[in-house]
Amino acid sequence: MLMGLYNYWIVVVLMMVGFYIVIAHGNLIKKIVGLSIFQTSVFIFYISMAKVDGGTAPILADGITQYSNPLPHVLILTAIVVGIATTALGLALAVRIKETYGSIEEEEIQKKDNLDC
Amino acid sequence: MDTFINISSSVFLLTGSFLCISGGVGILRFPDFYTRMHAVGVTETLATAMILIGLMLHNPDFFVDIKLMIILIMSLFISPTASHALASAAMRNDFSQKNNEKPDSEQVKPWNP
Amino acid sequence: MESLIDIVLLAFLVGIAFAIVWMKDLLAVIMLLGIYGLLSASFFVAMDAVDVAFTEASVGAGISTLLMLVTIAMTGRSEHPVRHKPFLALAVVIITGSLLIYGTLDMPYFGSAQAPVHQHVAPRYINDSIEEVGVPNIVTSVLASYRAFDTFGEVVVIFTAGMGVLALLSVVRRPKNTTGDKARDIAKIDLINDSMHEQHLVLRIVTKMLIPFIFLYAFYVQFHGDYGPGGGFQAGVIFASAIFLYAMLFGMSTARRVINQSFIQLLAAIGVLLYGSVGVVSLLNGKNFFDYSALSVDPIAGQHLGILLIELGVGCTVASVMVIIFFSFADRKDNGQNLESNGIENNLKENNKK
Repeated sequence: MLMGLYNYWIVVVLMMVGFYIVIAHGNLIKKIVGLSIFQTSVFIFYISMAKVDGGTAPILADGITQYSNPLPHVLILTAIVVGIATTALGLALAVRIKETYGSIEEEEIQKKDNLDC
Repeated sequence: MDTFINISSSVFLLTGSFLCISGGVGILRFPDFYTRMHAVGVTETLATAMILIGLMLHNPDFFVDIKLMIILIMSLFISPTASHALASAAMRNDFSQKNNEKPDSEQVKPWNP
Repeated sequence: MESLIDIVLLAFLVGIAFAIVWMKDLLAVIMLLGIYGLLSASFFVAMDAVDVAFTEASVGAGISTLLMLVTIAMTGRSEHPVRHKPFLALAVVIITGSLLIYGTLDMPYFGSAQAPVHQHVAPRYINDSIEEVGVPNIVTSVLASYRAFDTFGEVVVIFTAGMGVLALLSVVRRPKNTTGDKARDIAKIDLINDSMHEQHLVLRIVTKMLIPFIFLYAFYVQFHGDYGPGGGFQAGVIFASAIFLYAMLFGMSTARRVINQSFIQLLAAIGVLLYGSVGVVSLLNGKNFFDYSALSVDPIAGQHLGILLIELGVGCTVASVMVIIFFSFADRKDNGQNLESNGIENNLKENNKK
């Protein structure tokens, strides 16, 4: 059982580390880093599920009968590229926030907002 | 013949792995930035070459050998350049020989001054 | 032996993730994130997901690190210490984590061939794709043919994200009307180039030698995707990274002279339109949307043509969106510096007047 579920437990740990960074840290860049750790843990989860013991990469060749499951690979391949595009959008927002508020720390931004009201 | 190729390929692979490990130990044990970089820069090139040559001997497929050869040539170009870039960046940002801490600066230095 | 690699790589990943939590220096955090991406790419290779590993190595370890570095160059590199106590967050995380671990206890074990995931759609892809699509790389045939509609959506998402970055970060450039201005600008670029030339001599020469090979490799990945790992997504990212390399070493203004902004914006749109129009053509020929067998008399040849075209569309869009994103960030950074230095100059002038 330890070996059989090891990958999934690691995925849970990584996911929770990412989640912790997102909720406990105030710096927006650090939050985006946390989100990408979270995201990668989901990728690892899908790819671990696709693995079949004794299987090979899903590229058809003679003399091979057992392949890994190609479907999760497809889903994650596109998710990685979409992930970087959305991360870039998040970073662009952080840059704009820095320009407007002069800071990317959550507390300072809130303080400035309260002053403005 | 087969045993000869097997033995030589494993010798290459083992030497390569040893060099990788010694580079890693060097990064941890050496006192300042430049000696650390020396440890990695010197061992990395040779280690990559050794491992790739070992894999080439191991693999009978001609096309795979060609691909490994291209990777070898590319890495021989790229890793010394990367070491050079690191060293010159360290020089420009005033890493003195003795301190291994980064100088305190709020802003990251832009890549092209 | 394989499980040993698995255990070690995953343990490294956890170690790096914890290190990221402790680190206060954002530059170190981003470097660690790059290593994290590279390690997860190696993990994907160990899990037989070669296509995914390829993408993760170029995106996670390459482009995302670069974009984050450009961002912290603008936003500052140190993180303020957290003032409030983290106990509440820690409690939430531990409770959620233990519930999730409790949930994994019912899951089929890692690597078991009897798991429900492997029973339903995957056998059809593995057994029949060679007759139905005729492409050895199952990932490509699923990506580009069976699930083409899904991939179309993803490409549109990437396109939209690129447009979003453009809308957020685009700088209004002063119109250069007089020719003298332009000539002076070019002279200025040459001056900067000359001053940079000494500093980056080795890097520049090696880059000049490598960039053609990087482009060649991108094309190989683009068109060899049917037979080996690769395809439009990876090729687009590699293509864009060659352009980034050029822009970083030869300066943004030189890169702007090589690559026209409106041209890459057009290319991004053309990629999406090419993808969509393949679907429309198959619709007009009386088959389903993205059923490529309508493209040719021989269904297999039609599939090959369709996959080639849509991979080309994906490659165009991904490459140009990545270039648009990077150029927007870099321009913003240069402009911010110009504004600052202008401000300093103005201050100096005012001081001199006093």
